[in-house]
Amino acid sequence: MLTSIARVAALARKELLAVLKDRRALLSLLVPVLAQTLVFGYAASYDLNQVPYVLWSRDSGEAATALIARFDGTGIFRRVATVARERDMRAAIDERRALLAIGIPPDFSRRLAAGRPAEVQLIADGRNSNTASTALGYAQAVISSFNAHWRAAHGEPGPPARLTERAWYNPNLLSRWDMVPGLIGTLTLLQTMLLAAMSVAREREQGTFDQLLVTPIRPAEIMAGKALPAMLIGIAQATGVLLVAQLWFRIPFEGSFAVLYGGLLLFVLAAVGIGLVLSALSYTMQQAMLYSFVLLMPFTLLSGLTTPIANMPRVLQYFTRMNPLRYAIDIAQRVYLEGAGVRLLLPDLWPLALIAVVTLSAASWMFRHRLQ
Amino acid sequence: MNSPPPAALLECREVHKSFGPRTPALAGVSLAVSAGGLNALIGPDGAGKTTLMRLICGLLTAERGTVRVLGFDPVRAAQRIQERVSYMPQKFGLYEDLTVRENLDLYADLHGVSAAQRAQRYPQLLHMTDLRRFEGRLAGRLSGGMKQKLGLACTLVSSPQLLLLDEPTVGVDPLSRRELWQIVHHLVRDEGLTVLMSTAYLDEAERADRVIVLQSGRVLAEGAPQGITRLAAGRTFKLTPAAPESARTLQARLLASSTVIDAVPDAGAVRCVCAQPDGAAPAGSTPVAPRFEDGFMVLLRQRSVPEALTDILLAHPPAAASGAVIEVRDLVKRFGAFTAVDRVSFTVGRGEIFGLLGPNGAGKTTTFRMLCGLLAPSGGVLRVGGLDVARAGDAARGQLGYVAQKFSLYGPLTARENLEFFASAYGLRGAARRARIDWAMRQFELLEARGAAADLPGGFKQRLAMAAALLHEPRILFLDEPTSGADPLARRAFWRRISALADQGVTVVVTTHFMQEAEYCDHIVIMDAGRVLAQGTPAQVRALAPRHGLVEPTMEDAFIAVVERARAAEAAAPAAPAGAA
Repeated sequence: MLTSIARVAALARKELLAVLKDRRALLSLLVPVLAQTLVFGYAASYDLNQVPYVLWSRDSGEAATALIARFDGTGIFRRVATVARERDMRAAIDERRALLAIGIPPDFSRRLAAGRPAEVQLIADGRNSNTASTALGYAQAVISSFNAHWRAAHGEPGPPARLTERAWYNPNLLSRWDMVPGLIGTLTLLQTMLLAAMSVAREREQGTFDQLLVTPIRPAEIMAGKALPAMLIGIAQATGVLLVAQLWFRIPFEGSFAVLYGGLLLFVLAAVGIGLVLSALSYTMQQAMLYSFVLLMPFTLLSGLTTPIANMPRVLQYFTRMNPLRYAIDIAQRVYLEGAGVRLLLPDLWPLALIAVVTLSAASWMFRHRLQ
Repeated sequence: MNSPPPAALLECREVHKSFGPRTPALAGVSLAVSAGGLNALIGPDGAGKTTLMRLICGLLTAERGTVRVLGFDPVRAAQRIQERVSYMPQKFGLYEDLTVRENLDLYADLHGVSAAQRAQRYPQLLHMTDLRRFEGRLAGRLSGGMKQKLGLACTLVSSPQLLLLDEPTVGVDPLSRRELWQIVHHLVRDEGLTVLMSTAYLDEAERADRVIVLQSGRVLAEGAPQGITRLAAGRTFKLTPAAPESARTLQARLLASSTVIDAVPDAGAVRCVCAQPDGAAPAGSTPVAPRFEDGFMVLLRQRSVPEALTDILLAHPPAAASGAVIEVRDLVKRFGAFTAVDRVSFTVGRGEIFGLLGPNGAGKTTTFRMLCGLLAPSGGVLRVGGLDVARAGDAARGQLGYVAQKFSLYGPLTARENLEFFASAYGLRGAARRARIDWAMRQFELLEARGAAADLPGGFKQRLAMAAALLHEPRILFLDEPTSGADPLARRAFWRRISALADQGVTVVVTTHFMQEAEYCDHIVIMDAGRVLAQGTPAQVRALAPRHGLVEPTMEDAFIAVVERARAAEAAAPAAPAGAA
C-alpha cells in the first residue's frame, strides 16, 4: 500500500514537474483562464444598459411629456431620434439605429386627463429575439411605474392587486452575478479534460508508455498518477476564477468554501475520468485533442450556463444529465449566491460522483485491455 | 591529405555554425568535394554531420565562412541549388497515406518534373529500387528498408547532380542495407552522380571513394579510406581466447590494458589495435591486416583523450541460479489472420547475452515485447525469471530492466529527475533510493549532464536510459536496438558495460541490426517471417555461411545467407511448414 502511494506520488510529481518547468505551458494554463473570466464577466451579459429608441409622438400634452421623461430618466433608454412620420420610425428600426420605437397617439394626454385608458405603441426589433424581449420588459416596467405614479398623483385608487418583486440571491438581477460563478466550472473543464486526455497519449507517442508499463507500477496507479496533477491544475484554475469573481467583480460569496471545493473536486474528478477514457481511446496526442474538443462544445452549450436546460428538447435534457459541467455550474452558482449546503446540493453531487466512478473504471478497464 | 582536387563541385571554407550559447556545431570546416564519386562523412554523434549537410543544401545559413555548391551560394541561389541538389534527411518525409506511386508523383510535382521526364525516370527508379511490385501499396505499409528505398527514389526524381544522404542505413537490416548500397553504387558508377553520405557504419565508409572525418565540428581527416586504414598498419592483431575464457572477457581484459586502443570480438577471436606500431604485441597474438575501423580508432585516439571507463559494478549481483532464466517454448502471436511470431522456442541462461536478430518485420520486436510483458502471447509457454510475466504482474516486472528503442526518457525533466522518477517507480525509497541514484549518476557518467533530458546529446541519452533501467538492479535486462544510430565509440562503451553486467550474472536480451555486435552475444537467434531460422553461438551461426576461400565469413554473410536460403525455400514450397533450424 505504501509503495503504491509512493509510486503514484512519483508519477504525479513527474507530471507536475513537466508542466511547471515549461514556462509557456504554465502560462497557458493560467493566463487564458483569468483573461476569459474578465472578458466573459464584462461581455457575456444579458443586461441591457443601452437601449437606443426612436420616439414618434403626436401628442405634446402633459401626460405624454411625463411618460417620455420617465423613459429618458432611466439612464437605460437613449433617444436616438424624434420623428414626425411613421415612415421615419420604420426607417430607424430597419437601419438598426434604434432597437425600440415608442409611438404615442395624438389623444394620449387627452384621454388620460379624462380618466380614460390610453394606448402607447411599443415596436421592438425582433431580429434578435433575446434583446428585443428584454428591452420590451424594461419598457413595460417603465410604463407600469408611470401608471402607478399617475394614479397616485390624480387621486385615483391603485390597482386591486399590486406586484412586489424581490429577486433573491441577486437582488438587482445582474447577469454577471450568475455568469461569473458559472465560469468556475466552465473554464476549468477544458484543460482538466485535455490534460488527462493528452497525458497518456503523449507517453504513447514518445514511447515512454512502454517504459512505464514494464515497471511494477499498476495500471490503476498510472491512472491515479495521471489524474492527480490534472485535478490539481483544475482546482488551481477554479481558484483563479473564484479570486477574480471576488476581488475584481466583488460578487459577494454567500456559501462555504468547503462545500464549493468539495463539489469542485468531484467535478474535476469526473472531468479527468472523461479525459482518461479519451486517452485510452486515442493513439496520438492529436486524436486526444480532437476528441476533447468534440466533447467540449456540447458540454458547454448544453450546460445551462447560457440557455436554460428546462427549455431544451426532452432528449437533450437527458443528455445534460451526463454532462458534468451542468452540475458544476449549478453547484458553483448555488454555493456562491445562495449559500447552499451539502444537503441541498445532493442532486448535483451524486451524479458527478457516478460519472467519475463510471469513467474512471472504464478507463482503467480499457488500459488493461488495450495492452493485449 | 591529398592536394585539393580541381573543379570542386562542393567547397566549404572556414564554415562556422552554432546553435545558442553551447559549443559550436561547426567550428571552421573546410573541405572540397570533386565531381563524381562517393564521399562518406563520418564522425561521432554530435560531430556536426547533419549541420554540415543542411548548410550545403541551404536549409541553414553559416555564421562565418563560405559554402559553394556547383559554384552557387546555397542560400542566395536557393532555387538553383534545389534544382541540382537532392537531400535525404535521416527521417525522410514520406506520406504514409499515399501509395508508392503517389509519393513519387508528389515529389515530381514539387520539383516540376515534366511528364516526358517522368515516363523516362520512373521505370529506372522503380527498377533500381525493386519497388515496381509495390507501386500501388501505401507507403505506411512498406517495411523500413523499402521506405528508405522509396525515400531515395523520391529524392532522385529530379535527376540531381549532387545527392546528400544523411545516415540512410540507420535502423535498416543487413539485407535492405546491402540493397541500398547497390543502388548508391549504381548511381555513382553508372550515372556519374556525386554522393555525400553520412554514416555510422564504418564498413560503409570503407567502401567510399573519399572519407571526411568530422569531430567536434572540425575536419579531423579527409582523403581515401585506405589512407585512414594505413594509420593502423602494424598495430592490428588477432587473439584466440584460451579454453575457459570467452572472447568477451578476453576483449574486456585487453581493453583494460594501456597499450591497447581498441578490441572487438570478431568471429570467435578478438581483434585488437595497439597504441604503438610494431610495439609489444599482446602475448599469443598473430598480426592481421588493418581495417578501416582500426585506422579510424587510431585517428580518434590521436586527437582525443580516451574515455576513462570504469567498469560497472553491481552492489547486489543476481544470485546464482540453476536452469534457464528465460524459457520460451512454441511461442505464438497472432494479430487477426496474421501470424507475427510462429512457434518460437529458445532458452537463456543466467548471465548470458542473448541476441535477437532479424530483418525488419521479422517478428523480433513482437517477441521482445512479449518477453517484457507488453504484449500477451496467443499461445505457447513464456517464463521469465521463473514467472509468467503477463500474469505475474508487478512482482515479475520488478526484476526486469527495459531500455526501449528510442531511449524513452521524460524530455522536460533533468537526468536526475528522470532517475528519481524511475527509482520511485521501482519502489526504491529514502536512503536506498538516493544511494542508487548517486551510483547511477557516477557509473553512467551523468554528473555533468545539465538541463532537460530532451536536449542531451545522443550518447548521454543512451547512458541515461541504461541507468534508469538498472536502478533497481534487475536480474534480467531487455535492450531494444540500443545502439541504433550510435557512433562506434559509444557502441564500444555500451558493450563494455553490457559485458560487465553479464559477467556479474545479469541476463541480457538484446535486439540489434549491427551484425558485428552479434559477436558480443553468447547465443543468437536469427528470425524471419516470425520463425526462428537459426540459433546457437555466434560461431555456430557463422558456420552456416558459405565459405569463399580462406576468408572467414562474417556474421553479416551468415545472416544474409540464412535469410535468403529460408526465403528461397519458402518460395519453392509455400505450403510446407518450415521447421526451425
